[in-house]
Amino acid sequence: MTNSSVLDIRDLTVAYHQDGQWLNAVHDVSLKIHAGETYGLVGESGSGKTTLVLAAMRYLGSGGSIRSGEIHLGDIDLMSLTEEELRQVWGRKIAFVPQNPQSSLNPSLRVGEQLVESINPQGELSPREAEKQALEWCAKVNLPDPERMAESYPHQISGGMQQRLLIAMALSTDPDLLILDEPTTNLDVTTQVVILDLLNDLIRENEAGVLYVTHNLGVIAQICDRVGVMYASEVVEEAPTHNLFSQPLHPYTQGLIDSIPQLGDTRESIQLRAISGQIPSIGKSPSGCVFRDRCPVAIEICSTRPPLYQVGESRTSRCHRWEEIVNSEIDIHQPSPGRKPTQSGDQDGPLTLETNDLSIHFPIRRSLNEVFSRQPSKSVKAVNQVDLGISPASTVGLVGESGSGKTTLARGIMGLEKKSDGSIELLQIPLPEKLFQRDLETLRLMQIVFQNPHEALNPYLPIGETLQRPLIRLAGLSNEEADIKVRELLELVRLSADYAGRLPSQLSGGEIQRVALARAFAANPELLILDEPISSLDVSVQAAILNLVNELQSDHHNSMLFISHDLSIVGYLADQIVVIYLGSLMEITGPEVLFQPPHHPYTEALLSAIPQADPNIKSSPIHLAGEIPNPADLPSGCPFHTRCPRYLGEICATTTPPWQVDQKTGKRIFCHIPLEELVANQIQIDISSAAKP
Amino acid sequence: MTSFPETNSIETGAAPSRWRRLSLVVRKLYSKPVTAIGTTITVIFILIAIFGPLIAPYGENEILASEARQPPSIDHWFGTDNLGRDVFSRVVLGAREILVLAGVGTILAVISGTIFGLLTGYRGGWFDEITMRTFDSLLALPALLLALLLLGTVGQSKYSILIVIIIVYTPIVARVVRSVVLAIKPQGFVEAARLGGESQSRILFREILPSVLPTLSVESALRFSYAIFLVASLGFLGVGVQPPSPNWGLMVKEARVYAGLVPWALFFPALAISLVVIGVNLMADGVKRIIGSQGQG
Repeated sequence: MTNSSVLDIRDLTVAYHQDGQWLNAVHDVSLKIHAGETYGLVGESGSGKTTLVLAAMRYLGSGGSIRSGEIHLGDIDLMSLTEEELRQVWGRKIAFVPQNPQSSLNPSLRVGEQLVESINPQGELSPREAEKQALEWCAKVNLPDPERMAESYPHQISGGMQQRLLIAMALSTDPDLLILDEPTTNLDVTTQVVILDLLNDLIRENEAGVLYVTHNLGVIAQICDRVGVMYASEVVEEAPTHNLFSQPLHPYTQGLIDSIPQLGDTRESIQLRAISGQIPSIGKSPSGCVFRDRCPVAIEICSTRPPLYQVGESRTSRCHRWEEIVNSEIDIHQPSPGRKPTQSGDQDGPLTLETNDLSIHFPIRRSLNEVFSRQPSKSVKAVNQVDLGISPASTVGLVGESGSGKTTLARGIMGLEKKSDGSIELLQIPLPEKLFQRDLETLRLMQIVFQNPHEALNPYLPIGETLQRPLIRLAGLSNEEADIKVRELLELVRLSADYAGRLPSQLSGGEIQRVALARAFAANPELLILDEPISSLDVSVQAAILNLVNELQSDHHNSMLFISHDLSIVGYLADQIVVIYLGSLMEITGPEVLFQPPHHPYTEALLSAIPQADPNIKSSPIHLAGEIPNPADLPSGCPFHTRCPRYLGEICATTTPPWQVDQKTGKRIFCHIPLEELVANQIQIDISSAAKP
Repeated sequence: MTSFPETNSIETGAAPSRWRRLSLVVRKLYSKPVTAIGTTITVIFILIAIFGPLIAPYGENEILASEARQPPSIDHWFGTDNLGRDVFSRVVLGAREILVLAGVGTILAVISGTIFGLLTGYRGGWFDEITMRTFDSLLALPALLLALLLLGTVGQSKYSILIVIIIVYTPIVARVVRSVVLAIKPQGFVEAARLGGESQSRILFREILPSVLPTLSVESALRFSYAIFLVASLGFLGVGVQPPSPNWGLMVKEARVYAGLVPWALFFPALAISLVVIGVNLMADGVKRIIGSQGQG
């Protein structure tokens, strides 16, 4: 029986040596992967999943060590192998695809050579044969123009292509076990879906066991057969994918599923359930059940360490109360109704923010040669002729992939980037172009929360002072009044008052984003811009921030521009969704009609590409051809025409499309294709039944 | 009863107090033997500079005519020079002048360099271009050559040495500060301060300066050691400080002529110069390492 497993890990404990003691990064983990099976390992950052994967290959760095346990790769006992024997296993029996393709490719070798190297490590094949196979692999992973590709250096190809290349390198040795560590995390959804489909196809062909590590439940649902959920260095639950999503048997798993909005969820339909607290740092897990102090249903028995309960044939759970969960005696999934539809989005009053024909271009410095040869000066056209309106007390969600110009647009509105053309009006008053020309009142009216929590707060100023400044400067309070208000602000974002004396280095990422939110709300702005405020946070703390944003807005009636790359989050939060591609708006729609045709072809591709956390939905994603064009060299006509799957012909490449308004749904679509034709050809996107309105 | 309630209250304080932080720095400086040596040397020299008149058995220009050219002995630890002055006393009393000149010069240079660095880094544009190109052209000349040129123009006195140190080191400090400012400026908290309508001086000195301080403190310590060397070198070349001042460089210069007769009069001032420069350098190195390890935390 054991022979059928490709990887068999038993009671593995891995620890790192730090300050004279051993801290467990992986504690007592057992897992088994069979041939042809895709095993998903899901967990947040710091849960120990990468350590587990490295230990499974016996490829730990110098600080880490396997303290106990067994690892079998098929019939091979990995623990008994010497360095030299291990090297024979790596690359041949086990192949590894890392998270960051850039750093895994040698920047000074052509990619073809690197591929040949992995196909032919010992030189058994003739160079010509190896080269031929390399080109075949390029074709297999759908790399366009393999000959040219093989001649390129890693920096000349995009991240998606690099990742495909690494997959080709990994599979070319015909491994028994393929390990993928967050292979699509750094990629855009439209690129991710191509990689996932490719993996699905190749895995079916190869009969290898696959260990797929990710924090994205959607990806798990779409490609894995069995899932292990990892939390604070333990695997807390293991189940076939289907069962895991239909009935999780560990409160943490349920928490993870409930804490991210699914495509189709809206804030009116459901309130996200945040897991309180944060993931313990390595070596700081509570005794007993590791999830105890964040668990909504923890009881006395939870202070003893739960064994790995076997549930039925194929499931395990490390929760003392799993039986009660199975019998629905306790409910770990308490769907709370969303907030009642407020007056938000009332279209009556004057717009809070309005941009007309806003363009932001960054000039590229010409070389001396270009100056002499009189070449025209070029510029990166980050934002092009954007007309955006935000009504009072409503939320506009701006969604786009990386490089679409969404952050530049936000910075342009705030005055941090110089606009090249067009106008920005705040409460119908045109905004001065430069930041220093804006008076304090104008500054008070608009505030922003930045994406990166690590640089959001001054590391040398206590939180209290950071929060005081806008109160004194913009709201005109005295020092004493500001002191009192600081406490109120901290309370508003659910932090205790003693945070005022702390330094940012003593706060977690989620707490810092709360403080940044408090700072932005301090002077009660009319317009709040949130630039990907949760994208660098752990999944389990994202929900808390989203809920907080929601609540603050419904209490304070600010207008909000919420920027994200994730359509499900924007769909959840926004009253109006704006899709941006290559600096131009593509579609403006309400969240309730998001899934109804007509769609802009780009929106359609985006929607279909999102991996949904529901294994019952087998989506048929639309693959976009090629890469996002260089914004210094914009395509003529419709900016999307180079990749559009519904390309009409000449007209798309030559003429700027019109804004068409759909009478039934109120959608505005920037496309040449007549709306009736779009409706006729597009199908309703399938969304999770739970999320259906 | 070995625990003190005071320590408890300090432990629970949100941000560590100044004194605790200082004692932490001192403890870290002494955790590596090389740095410990450097720090000890520096501290000893500073003590000598402060308490020199109490330590020195003779006056700096007290001539003991009958005891000229004595080798080191119990009475004269470092011997006496060609004129019969006690070398030990002169080395001890010379510490104050050289450390004060180099120290004050460094402080002034660091202040002006910091202001220039903050302004050029934060404002950019033409102001930055012009200032930095001017500094570049100053940096193109070797420090000693520039110092000689300047002393030739502003005249020779202690104050002109100060001016020389400021002019020679301001560009270097400004460059270092500017590079840090350029890295800090685009960060969210600085932009938030700009969007919060903060004044430029508050942004420069309260938001940006604290992030510059770690780098600046290392640079200051290094500049200090170079300034000591510069003052000594100028003394040796006979510009700036004039005889009979007990400047170490000047003492080396005077004793050089009689090197065969009174080698000790040449050796000990030279040793003092090397020791203090090495000491300060080693300490600067230690400071750099402490800050490096904190930067990661």
